[in-house]
Amino acid sequence: MDYVQITPAQREQMLKAVGAASMEDLLRQVPDELRLHRPLDIPSPLDELSLRSHLGDLSSKNRSTDCQVCFLGAGAYDHFIPAVVDDLAMKGEFLTAYTPYQAEASQGSLQAFFEYQTMICQLTGMEVSNASLYEGATALAEAAMMALNVTGKREIVVSRGVHPHYRQVLRTYLSDLPAIYSEVPLKNGLTDSQYLETELEEDTAAVIVQSPNFLGHIERVDTIGKFAHANGSLCIQSFNPISLGILKRPGQLEVDIATAEGQPLGIPLQFGGPYLGIFTCKSQFVRKMPGRLVGQTVDTEGRRAFCLTLQTREQHIRREKATSNVCTNQGLLALRASVYLAAMGPKGLRQAAQLCYNKAQYMAARLQAAGLSLKYPAAPFFNELCVQLKRPVDEIIRQAHAQHILPGYPIGKDYPELSDCLLVAVTEKRTRAEIDRLVEVLK
Amino acid sequence: MSSTPEKLLFELSTPGARAVDLPDSDVPDAPLDVTYAAVMDLPLPEIGQLDLVRHYTHLSHRNFSVDDNFYPLGSCTMKYNPKVNEWAAALPGFSNLHPLQDTRDAQGALALLYHLRLFLQEISGLDEVCIQPCAGAHGEWTALKVIRAYFKDHGQPGRRIILAPDTAHGTNPASCAMCGAGVITIKSRPDGLTDLDDLRAHLNDEVAAIMVTNPNTVGRFDRHIADMAKLVHDAGAFLYLDGANMNAILGIARPGDFGADIMHFNTHKTFSTPHGCGGPGAGPIAVRESLAPYLPVPQVVRTANCQQPDANYSWDFDRPKSIGKVRSFWGQFGVLVRAYAYIRALGPQGLRNVSETAVLAANYIAQRIKHVYPLPFGPKEDEPMAANPCAHEFITVPRAVIDRGVTIMDIAKSLIDRGIHPPTVHFPIHDCLMVEPTETESKATLDAFADALLAIAEQSEKDPAPLKEAPAHQPVRRLDEVGAARKPVLRWEPAVA
Repeated sequence: MDYVQITPAQREQMLKAVGAASMEDLLRQVPDELRLHRPLDIPSPLDELSLRSHLGDLSSKNRSTDCQVCFLGAGAYDHFIPAVVDDLAMKGEFLTAYTPYQAEASQGSLQAFFEYQTMICQLTGMEVSNASLYEGATALAEAAMMALNVTGKREIVVSRGVHPHYRQVLRTYLSDLPAIYSEVPLKNGLTDSQYLETELEEDTAAVIVQSPNFLGHIERVDTIGKFAHANGSLCIQSFNPISLGILKRPGQLEVDIATAEGQPLGIPLQFGGPYLGIFTCKSQFVRKMPGRLVGQTVDTEGRRAFCLTLQTREQHIRREKATSNVCTNQGLLALRASVYLAAMGPKGLRQAAQLCYNKAQYMAARLQAAGLSLKYPAAPFFNELCVQLKRPVDEIIRQAHAQHILPGYPIGKDYPELSDCLLVAVTEKRTRAEIDRLVEVLK
Repeated sequence: MSSTPEKLLFELSTPGARAVDLPDSDVPDAPLDVTYAAVMDLPLPEIGQLDLVRHYTHLSHRNFSVDDNFYPLGSCTMKYNPKVNEWAAALPGFSNLHPLQDTRDAQGALALLYHLRLFLQEISGLDEVCIQPCAGAHGEWTALKVIRAYFKDHGQPGRRIILAPDTAHGTNPASCAMCGAGVITIKSRPDGLTDLDDLRAHLNDEVAAIMVTNPNTVGRFDRHIADMAKLVHDAGAFLYLDGANMNAILGIARPGDFGADIMHFNTHKTFSTPHGCGGPGAGPIAVRESLAPYLPVPQVVRTANCQQPDANYSWDFDRPKSIGKVRSFWGQFGVLVRAYAYIRALGPQGLRNVSETAVLAANYIAQRIKHVYPLPFGPKEDEPMAANPCAHEFITVPRAVIDRGVTIMDIAKSLIDRGIHPPTVHFPIHDCLMVEPTETESKATLDAFADALLAIAEQSEKDPAPLKEAPAHQPVRRLDEVGAARKPVLRWEPAVA
């Protein structure tokens, strides 16, 4: 099925209209010696019935979180997604719309993005949010690039508690630029703030911290921010949006730029993407921000209306002088997050966060009662923690797998000193009985 | 389109209203240390489920979309987004798969990615594809990092200059800047093709690559592309192809065959994945063998593994020369499922028919309007389009209409009132409309668009005033965009009592 609607008869009619004897007449600007003189070597076309059967087969070869109990997190979480999110965000009028450059034809998506920007500010306590970036890691990398641009300094200091993928992406972004990447070690599961007090350089543009960090622990972001500011550097926090249902918001914590992976806000796991890059900052930096921004204005009759604004920051106007090369936002994912936040409301988000926290606390207590220990028992955690196992991690993952449990992430892959630990996440979806089953398997 | 204003969510908020509920806690409530705890509820809106549904339904009525409107938007390839692809992406085995599950749990997903890799390799005529980049611009940036890594590895770290024609997409120079590369603009000739003499004059041992779009943004296939490639290769640099216009050449010509060394695809253009009001996209890149060692980690591979006979597909992290990671996890999987489904539905004949029909549709529209909307790079006035055809898109500069005091923006806004999304405006040259109809529109729709453009031109002769006032039948009239930028209002705030 090629979804072409022009019939063979119309095709002939149209060829005649343009004065072509055959299609070849229209293709001749591609010189013969540059042509492909055979059909593409890809599989033959499938009718819809066969296509669905083939894709159904591929899908069923995956053992997704539908048929396993998921305690796997590490940057992507199995949260509850209300049915209204799927339904509203999949409306064809949103799904198949283009970027809202033509404001009069795009008031629906522009208003939705303006509401998104507002709700992200309400969620984070930050002053400005853009209309979204690709995903968590690139949003954080854009924050680092913006910090270099704002401060004119060169060093980016990154806590080792930041997601290992994000740190790898930061390294890739900063290489080839006049920039230096360096890391702050962890101490007892938290960023070593003593190191920050003494080791920051004059050339440090920003300190990057993730809270809750990759090990699940809640950082003293305000303290870290104070050290950064005392040094004339910016403080960048990567946060978990659900955690803000009960945790202090970046806007209260000496944070200049706050970014996040927005996947927990109503976005399915879908094997790692597409997700949502949340990007917020203080309003003083707005003209240095990357990505799309929607602003409120009026039309010629004085009615409230919305349009893309401050576009002189962007690539299609500024070309090599743009604040970023980002062209698109993640419109549909921003829409999903908006519907999610509006559907949950303040009470729902608090309840979801509290359930995550309660269940993680319950799990920690049960693990300890079963004779297992938390790797860093003194450090506070939100919905994820490092448990030290008594048997090889691989063996336990295999056993859990046989019982349809995804027990967690073998964190030793990224932190060799934690090779006997498992990073276990809970969400509001996990039940007490499921947690009890997990503890039995980990024993 | 609904002209009834829609309140903001925050103005619909009613304290105590709720759209969803959650289970009660089945474990004891745990107190959180006040050092970390939020002191009050978030100031998010509170709204009931029906009102929430109505709000977004109302907003959906204030939007153009491909499902509702024709979008002849040049270089954006706004083709139909098949519904079966949405069905595919929502299959639970795809949508509920955690990215860090063991590869044994994800064989279907990995097989899909691996075969998509092979399809894109074949379509590009290049040796290895990386499916990870998040969008076209991200693909460009990734590709430039790969080129940079190649030169560093080959003892030529001084190659930091990227050449780009003056008709290049804005992302091209912006991506260069993000890699710390300098950009030099290469002139176009009067016929819209790249000026090879100007290119030759700028090639030296500091040049890493030239970024070209072919067919280019004025809708011309550059027949000198192979000569250009030879010049660039002789100078020790690479030819980068911006794949924005691949919809014109599927199965007809392959970038690898006409000299490109590295390119990106836009799956949201060529392979029908929906634009979603501006994303998500996906921007896989394809490279020649010499550049493959530098691609991002991990790569999806197929292995014969006797220890795990069921696990044929896996991630290869062992690529010591790789530029590293370019995003978290593995790629825009949900988008790539749709692209895969599309390619499987079409097959080789279907893809070729896409490009043939896209080219025919563009030439047909051009033919119908060119007596009033002339093509600066088309046939002579009295010749048919076949005398000097365009590719899948064309640009027109309607000088006669403009001379009557009607701007390109007036034409654009007048089209909106006729239910048609305007073509791309003022790009790549001032005062132009860039028209790309795509292959999925019916002849009736193409005719209606040509009729609308002709009617606008006719109106401009009789009385241009209504065109200056357009749009008159949309949710809003023209906006004060200058005011929006001067005093930015970027979020709603409660009225101060």
